[in-house]
Amino acid sequence: MQNSRTTEDVAHGIRCRVFEHSMRNNGGYLSQACSAAEQLAFLYNEALNLGPSTMPLVPPPFGGVPSAANHDYRTGAGYNGPFDAVHDRLFIAPAHYALVAYACLIEVGRMAPEGLEMFNQDGSSVEMIGAEHSPGMEVHNGTLGIGLSTGAGLAWGRKRRGETGEVCVYMSDGEVQEGQTWEAVQAAAHHGIDNLWALMDVNRQQCDGAMDSVMTVGDIATKFRNFGAVVAEVDAHDLTALREARATPHEGQPLIILAHSSPTKGMEFLMKRFPRLHYVRFKSDEERREMNIAIAAELGIAPVDLGGH
Amino acid sequence: MEMVNRPYAKAFEDYAVQHPEVLCLSADLTSSCEIDGFRDRHPDQFLSLGMAEQNMLSFAGGLGLAGFRPFLHSFGVFLYRRPYDQLMASIAYPRRQVRLMGFLPGITTPGGMTHQAIEDISVMRTIPNMTVLEAGDATEVESIVAAADSVDGPVYCRILRGAVPRLFDTPLEIGKIRVLAEGTDVLVITAGITTEEAIRARAALDRAGVSVRHLHLNTLKPFDAATILGHAEAVKHGVITLENHLVTGGIGSMVAEALAEAGLSRRLIRLGLQDTYAHGGSRPYLMRYYGMDALSLVRAVERLTGQQTGIDEDALGAVRVEAVHSVVKAEAL
Repeated sequence: MQNSRTTEDVAHGIRCRVFEHSMRNNGGYLSQACSAAEQLAFLYNEALNLGPSTMPLVPPPFGGVPSAANHDYRTGAGYNGPFDAVHDRLFIAPAHYALVAYACLIEVGRMAPEGLEMFNQDGSSVEMIGAEHSPGMEVHNGTLGIGLSTGAGLAWGRKRRGETGEVCVYMSDGEVQEGQTWEAVQAAAHHGIDNLWALMDVNRQQCDGAMDSVMTVGDIATKFRNFGAVVAEVDAHDLTALREARATPHEGQPLIILAHSSPTKGMEFLMKRFPRLHYVRFKSDEERREMNIAIAAELGIAPVDLGGH
Repeated sequence: MEMVNRPYAKAFEDYAVQHPEVLCLSADLTSSCEIDGFRDRHPDQFLSLGMAEQNMLSFAGGLGLAGFRPFLHSFGVFLYRRPYDQLMASIAYPRRQVRLMGFLPGITTPGGMTHQAIEDISVMRTIPNMTVLEAGDATEVESIVAAADSVDGPVYCRILRGAVPRLFDTPLEIGKIRVLAEGTDVLVITAGITTEEAIRARAALDRAGVSVRHLHLNTLKPFDAATILGHAEAVKHGVITLENHLVTGGIGSMVAEALAEAGLSRRLIRLGLQDTYAHGGSRPYLMRYYGMDALSLVRAVERLTGQQTGIDEDALGAVRVEAVHSVVKAEAL
């Protein structure tokens, strides 16, 4: 299902929506919107072959966890379209990007804007850390490093079944600190799982700050190649480059696109906080007002009305 | 007593070839888990995931999502200690139909602490959505394959390998406790390899005039507390659990919980590993050393009844002797 809007437009919409939400709610994952807006817009608006959403525009409330007694349990994957042989599947491995992913679902018409109002509200399925039952999610990935392995298993199974739909895992670069990521790549290469591809947001940031200050990971492109993946490296904000990277041949191997991003792209004002960007909280009302005006100007929109908050 | 060589190998192969959606996964312990023949004869149904259990568990979750029912083969301990997070997030929570076949449970391996799954029941039974089974003889090893695969959700199985005695002539049925004796003095509850020990002890206890009621469990979760309570009510002196596991969190704890919740006042002696790691050694040595053998059970019965039975090691008969020239080494790595 292709959206009628341009991917650039969707990316801009994601930034605006996350910005507005963070302003109103006194903080949020702003930096992830900066780095990931083009990537998620690219995935949903053009790169993935997704069918129409099978879920209501307004997300249903939390319907319980999976159990033998919970017969009505559903994951949030229906927002990405139906499970069938021809359509792609998407895992969003860094589940803390959920706010950005939800904003993307709204921008591409798969979720109503009201969905974002349910974000992090008790009893809602629109959880802060994307859960299986959250819109657009199919598996739990909040424990970082497990997404690519799960994607590899699903991709192997789909290939065995002769399905043409592929499996895409959206990843974050912090995950390369987890050993499981490397186990997953070596297994995908060993078994020739080439209906699997990953788009990794390389923003060089993690919870404690800049990755180089937390745990140096070296040249991850070379490391991935040595573990058996085909690697393409691009500017994460250059959609033409993303398109070319996606077309990289990778027969018999998984493809990993390293999308080098800026954690402040489109909201350069955030550099004032660097390197504390993982979750932006306002230290004072003054900072909030200042940020509201400055970032709104960068985005080309009016400042958010903070009147009642 | 009939000894069966490598019952799992044949049972798994017979079953898997009839079920193409069953996959055989291994983490570099293929012959150790008796699936080397399957790998050689059915390479298309076999996936080598290497020495990388964290990936194997999440990968299996993905296979489950694709509609397959992977059987994961490794030593039990390697299926939950390192990859516990993956077990939770990729398998248990989403109720994938993943079958975790844990070989060398408890002290059935001379591999020492790193190889001995002594808290696996405790860990597995607390995981929501998990089913926990344990095979106690060759017949149960053979029938656990189909039983496990009938579960709509994940299953962890304690599997015996190598030369395994045949104690039962009916297959393992999930949830069905085997009543092996219906005495009235003490209730003995066993599972896995401890059932054979209790059978040996029972013969001597019968001769000494102690009337033993004996239950064999092969389904540890769901735990049939109601049936256990019924049997506990039927004995005079109390209950003894004997398990190839730590007494905390395992069968002893389950029985204690059942008694307490029902308000049923019965003394309980829990035999097994008493808040300790084990070390490497032969199975008979370890069972004696850690108080998990037939003689330990007899002594516990004496404590419970307050009567000496006069039973000694000689009276219990010879410890089961494995064929020296057997092609399988039950306790090798």
